[in-house]
Amino acid sequence: MTVANTVEGASVTARKTGFRHVVTSIRGDGWASAGIITIAVFILAAIFAPLLTAIPGQNPYTYHLGLLDDSGAPKGWGGGISATHWFGVEPLTGRDLFAIVVYGARTSLLVGVSATILSVLIGVLVGITTGFFGGWYDRVMSRVVDVMFGFPVLVFLIALTAIVPSSIPRPLFMIVVIGLFGWPAISRVVRGQVLSLRERNFVVASTAMGARPGHVLFTQVLPNVTATIIVYATIMVPSMIGFEAALSFLGVGVPPPTPSWGRTIGDAVGWVQTSPMYLVFPGLALLLITLAFNVFGDGLRDALDPKAVRR
Amino acid sequence: MRMLRFILFRLLGMVIVLLVVATVSYAIFYLLPTNPAQLSCGKPCTPENLQRAKEFMGTASPWWQQLWNFLTGIVAGRSFGSGDAAIVCSAPCFGYSFQQNASVTELILSRFPVTASIAGGAAVLWLITGVAGGVISALRRGSALDRGVMTVAIAGVSTPSYLVGLLAILLFGFTLQWLPTGGYVPLTEDPGQWFLHLILPWCTLAFISAAIYARLTRGQMIEVMGEDYIRTARAKGLREPRVVVTHGLRNALIPVVTIFGLDLGALLGGTVIAEKVFSMQGLGAMLIDAVHSLDLQLVVGFTLFAAFLIVFANFVVDLVYGFVDPRVKVGA
Repeated sequence: MTVANTVEGASVTARKTGFRHVVTSIRGDGWASAGIITIAVFILAAIFAPLLTAIPGQNPYTYHLGLLDDSGAPKGWGGGISATHWFGVEPLTGRDLFAIVVYGARTSLLVGVSATILSVLIGVLVGITTGFFGGWYDRVMSRVVDVMFGFPVLVFLIALTAIVPSSIPRPLFMIVVIGLFGWPAISRVVRGQVLSLRERNFVVASTAMGARPGHVLFTQVLPNVTATIIVYATIMVPSMIGFEAALSFLGVGVPPPTPSWGRTIGDAVGWVQTSPMYLVFPGLALLLITLAFNVFGDGLRDALDPKAVRR
Repeated sequence: MRMLRFILFRLLGMVIVLLVVATVSYAIFYLLPTNPAQLSCGKPCTPENLQRAKEFMGTASPWWQQLWNFLTGIVAGRSFGSGDAAIVCSAPCFGYSFQQNASVTELILSRFPVTASIAGGAAVLWLITGVAGGVISALRRGSALDRGVMTVAIAGVSTPSYLVGLLAILLFGFTLQWLPTGGYVPLTEDPGQWFLHLILPWCTLAFISAAIYARLTRGQMIEVMGEDYIRTARAKGLREPRVVVTHGLRNALIPVVTIFGLDLGALLGGTVIAEKVFSMQGLGAMLIDAVHSLDLQLVVGFTLFAAFLIVFANFVVDLVYGFVDPRVKVGA
């Protein structure tokens, strides 16, 4: 008992936590800093999309057929890049590609972040309850997680788009289905942490003092897995963005004319040879945001991982 | 005997999982307000016609009855309608596409070679290059190859496969003109062209995964090579290749096999994307077309087929696991 107490006591003083520590640690990590700056730029661009596209005076919906040649390809260098069309224009329609990419950030981030939140909520709830209560409930849910892990999720998501009633807005539907399939990974990680937390003295003490399971779970256990949850949530965002982009790429995601990077990349398939810039700009945007979330997530893990600090 | 019991036990588990998956999927697809009979009823759609269409398709009965018909259809086949107009769907029947007038099984079989060619080749390529790259990186830590593989692995996690594929088409297809940019040639028709057309899809799908597997194998290999039994193997005079392969690699491969089983579902998804990038008419293209034309029987039938395929593949991986891992005592 004494030994355990000193170990826990020592770790509390030695382990730096809190917001300030995380900020210092991220600042010292070049990649993570670049990641969070990129994320911030994309979020700002998404929020201020109307203002940003107002600078060159564009929007993602107006056709500029005069900028296209007879085959429908944009005239001029780099897919019609000019002072007013910073990324050129879209083949066949002549819509401004810069506006499409900027507004596409709204779709990607909205679906990616919302689906992550939904997944995290389900995953954490399943994870802490299975880890804490155990028993047959844990065994059944673990089996469900096992099966869902190896599941052809993309095939299922595509199939589900066939039956969605048109009265439900497509982005909302995508958030829900992507979110509903994304929770197993985080639930398994959280469960693992809760399994070891359950045996810790403060949790045992709390239960022994007669605290109800709900109280123990949410005030004793949950705060101790928050760091893990934050790291996993950050790393999950890009895969959720990827699912939205993949579905839109395949033509079963966000319907036109709502801008979506995935759909634009999908449309660009037929223009790779004649107008490669049509692929490059939305592709680069998707790549950058995914990479940014991944490196920032890695940095967060280094900053928050108690093991890394203790060693 | 123990082996047999092990296989039977796993088989039973697989059947239970399949039943649950089928029930849940069926419930989702049929509880949502969609009506295949309505779609095929035509205009003007009189209530009598609608009822007849429903009865013919078998969607007039409650959903659990439909599920039961579906499941027995897989095992024993089934028929739609009655009398002369009846359509027979022989086992294994995954439903009947009334739009295309063909059983889902036939439709799947006609497209299967395309998808199997893409997925199979990609999986072989990524396993071989991934594991080989990982072993070499682990044995030559810090070398140029080691650093290169690790960089690709980190960048690869963030790169969608269709971007890689489209850039590969642009570079090797249009600019260098080394390889065809798309389309599929059946193996039976022209093996050489079959291979040429599949190089880009294989490399596209394998590129990222291979790097991730290399990273995984490298980590495992480094850990395993530090174990006592490796020192023992060397001490008793075994030659280095034998130490690396039979004592090191065999143990390092165990988690790789696990991850590979889990990645099979993602491989199927990746194939759907590759088919669109390289304009191949495989199962993925079939599914997308079915979604667009609201061919629900085909969508549901194929989805369940895909789920069954993956669950079955995982069962096989589970069995392989028993052979690869010397510590897994079958029956335990």
